[in-house]
Amino acid sequence: TYMPRPGDGDLRPVTLIPGDGIGPLVTNAVEQVMEAMHAPVYFERYDVHGYMKEVPREVMESILKNKVCLKGGLMTPMGGGVSSLNVQLRKELDLYASLVNCFNFPGLPTRHENVDIVVIRENTEGEYSGLEHEVVPGVVESLKVISKFSSERIAKYAFEYAYLNNRKKVTAVHKANIMKLADGLFLESCREVATQYPNIQYNEVIVDNCCMQLVSKPEQFDVMVTPNLYGNLVANTAAGIAGGTGLMPGGNVGYDYAIFEQGASAGNVGNEKIVEGKKANPVALLLSSAMMLRHLQFPSFADRLESAVKRVIMEDKCRTKDLGGDSTTQDVVDAVISFLD
Amino acid sequence: PFRAFSSAATPIRATLFPGDGIGPEIAESVKQVFRTADVPIEWEEHYVGDQIDPRTQSFLTWESLESVRRNGVGLKGPMATPIGKGHRSLNLTLRKELNLYANVRPCYSLPGYKTRYDNVNLITIRENTEGEYSGLEHQVVRGVVESLKIITRQASLRVAEYAFHYAKTHGRERVSAIHKANIMQKTDGLFLKCCREVAEKYPEIKYEEVVIDNCCMMLVKNPALFDVLVMPNLYGDIISDLCAGLIGGLGLTPSCNIGEGGIALAEAVHGSAPDIAGKNLANPTALLLSAVTMLRHLKLHDKADRIQDAVLNTISEGKYRTADLGGSSSTTEFTNAICDHI
Ligand SMILES: Nc1ncnc2c1ncn2[C@@H]1O[C@H](COP(=O)(O)OP(=O)(O)OP(=O)(O)O)[C@@H](O)[C@H]1O
Ligand SMILES: Nc1ncnc2c1ncn2[C@@H]1O[C@H](COP(=O)(O)OP(=O)(O)OP(=O)(O)O)[C@@H](O)[C@H]1O
Ligand SMILES: [Mg+2]
Ligand SMILES: [Mg+2]
Repeated sequence: TYMPRPGDGDLRPVTLIPGDGIGPLVTNAVEQVMEAMHAPVYFERYDVHGYMKEVPREVMESILKNKVCLKGGLMTPMGGGVSSLNVQLRKELDLYASLVNCFNFPGLPTRHENVDIVVIRENTEGEYSGLEHEVVPGVVESLKVISKFSSERIAKYAFEYAYLNNRKKVTAVHKANIMKLADGLFLESCREVATQYPNIQYNEVIVDNCCMQLVSKPEQFDVMVTPNLYGNLVANTAAGIAGGTGLMPGGNVGYDYAIFEQGASAGNVGNEKIVEGKKANPVALLLSSAMMLRHLQFPSFADRLESAVKRVIMEDKCRTKDLGGDSTTQDVVDAVISFLD
Repeated sequence: PFRAFSSAATPIRATLFPGDGIGPEIAESVKQVFRTADVPIEWEEHYVGDQIDPRTQSFLTWESLESVRRNGVGLKGPMATPIGKGHRSLNLTLRKELNLYANVRPCYSLPGYKTRYDNVNLITIRENTEGEYSGLEHQVVRGVVESLKIITRQASLRVAEYAFHYAKTHGRERVSAIHKANIMQKTDGLFLKCCREVAEKYPEIKYEEVVIDNCCMMLVKNPALFDVLVMPNLYGDIISDLCAGLIGGLGLTPSCNIGEGGIALAEAVHGSAPDIAGKNLANPTALLLSAVTMLRHLKLHDKADRIQDAVLNTISEGKYRTADLGGSSSTTEFTNAICDHI
């Protein structure tokens, strides 16, 4: 029997960033459900928006103190010289791994069955280095940076994740036939780490072939480990075949900090119609917050939340537009709350 | 351009690279189908050499390249680049030497061949000469490497222009530029800027911009959302393969490379398939449909239609299909069936 230590039952503070677009809708959904089940957390809420130049100091301090953050999407301005706040947070907190869970939900038929993929993506370098310049007028360069250090660290994370979660296979995604040095270094690092996990199968797949395989035989994939950009594409493709980005949970993690958010398309803040009609799908963020509860060592709360959410989908209680229904965010929240046992 | 004046009496010369692996088998199938359909084309066959031609630094000879330049059209089977040093990839040689700047890949659901997606009808147009495939990489310090992605105004304008021109001449309504300019603001930003400039010259074509990750998601949820897509090199590689997956695999998807001065080199998307080479098992559909795009480029539309219909009807009837489509026909049987449909 688990004996709690004194203080274990204290409420844990979590930084909350509602964000832009559908963000406030879905984070509010989480707040309501957390309250309904008396989860031992409380939120410190901060207004952050994608158009800001940087994440305000007090928000950073709150995350540094709490170590855990829940976040709605932050809109990324297109080409306005403002860098993505999502990327800024990952870099400043050294959240080197992004994790997206893409799986079929019982009761929700999709084109593909047996999808159960975890995409683990390097989050700090690669194509997202932000190093770009104009060489001469009309010619611009962008640097993709791959380091042994970051590649090894993400590979270790992926194998350790596979090991701890009883997964059988890790697939590295690359384009080393073209980017021989950069993606070559990534692969070399994955291979080295793979030798330390003899019980986990390891294979490699070229990114274009990978996307083709995903839409034809997704059941062959288990855990996937990727450099930054490929991970973004693979996760979105995998999310799409399993039912959509409105469902798939995920987060960004480092050694010390973790930010939980909608898994795929975190920078996607929906369109006006969805925001005005209050019809965003809160499922992805609810499941992400279940991951957060587990991370905070509240597994029973996490289980309750997860099974309530899955039951809502399973029993076709109410579905938002992205799942072919017409429910509002609040309808889903009410249904989830009614299923909390 | 002068092609338009050719008549059936004077055959058009076109270069044919049968290529490696399954290449010769599927090229044979194209020749047979073309003979049956009386296509007025005279093939100039060129083989990949077994020695490096110093003029091209590759196994492709200067004469081969000259042949494509002279004829202006060609059809190419898959070419496997032998591993080793001192020569360039064959595909890269062709692309660079002939300046094949746009890779056009039509992708549509084949009637009668059921996949999980049956409403696909889109065209991907990929910039073929720069971007992430610049080949410029170096080690900065031990354990840190950099790879350069280059985007130029010239190449971006050229491919955008081709995409809009294609949309207009093929009765398409919309062009979507695929990018990641929220992260790569300067490079992909420049690509988008060029697309916008060209879009203004084509007010009758709708223009939109889609972030690549969102594009992947939309493609697998509802591919019917797209019409013509134009994008930088790497994205084009990934998205076009994904689209091939939607309709049933690499054995089916054609492509055509467009070069400076109107050169068109059609090629199947797939590789040399060493696992099935020489066994009379390969599906020639991709190369046949590539040859059809070549005929359309030559404005031989009635021949193109006849061959395309024959291929599609054969597949849709389902009596003769190769193994990759779940059938048991050999390449020869399948080809004969197509010829019977012409
Ligand atoms: N949590 C969510 N709930 C509902 N829909 C979501 C969610 N996350 C992403 N989406 C949807 O994914 C799709 C792509 O996002 P984006 O914001 O780019 O919209 P869009 O392409 O303008 O959509 P539309 O074609 O519907 O106008 C949208 O329909 C978006 O709302
Ligand atoms: N035309 C075709 N008909 C049947 N199967 C094919 C065809 N083209 C490819 N395949 C199959 O698809 C798979 C991938 O083949 P492909 O040759 O494209 O791969 P590859 O290993 O990348 O080759 P390369 O090194 O020449 O590019 C193989 O199993 C092959 O048998
Ligand atoms: Mg490819
Ligand atoms: Mg290949």
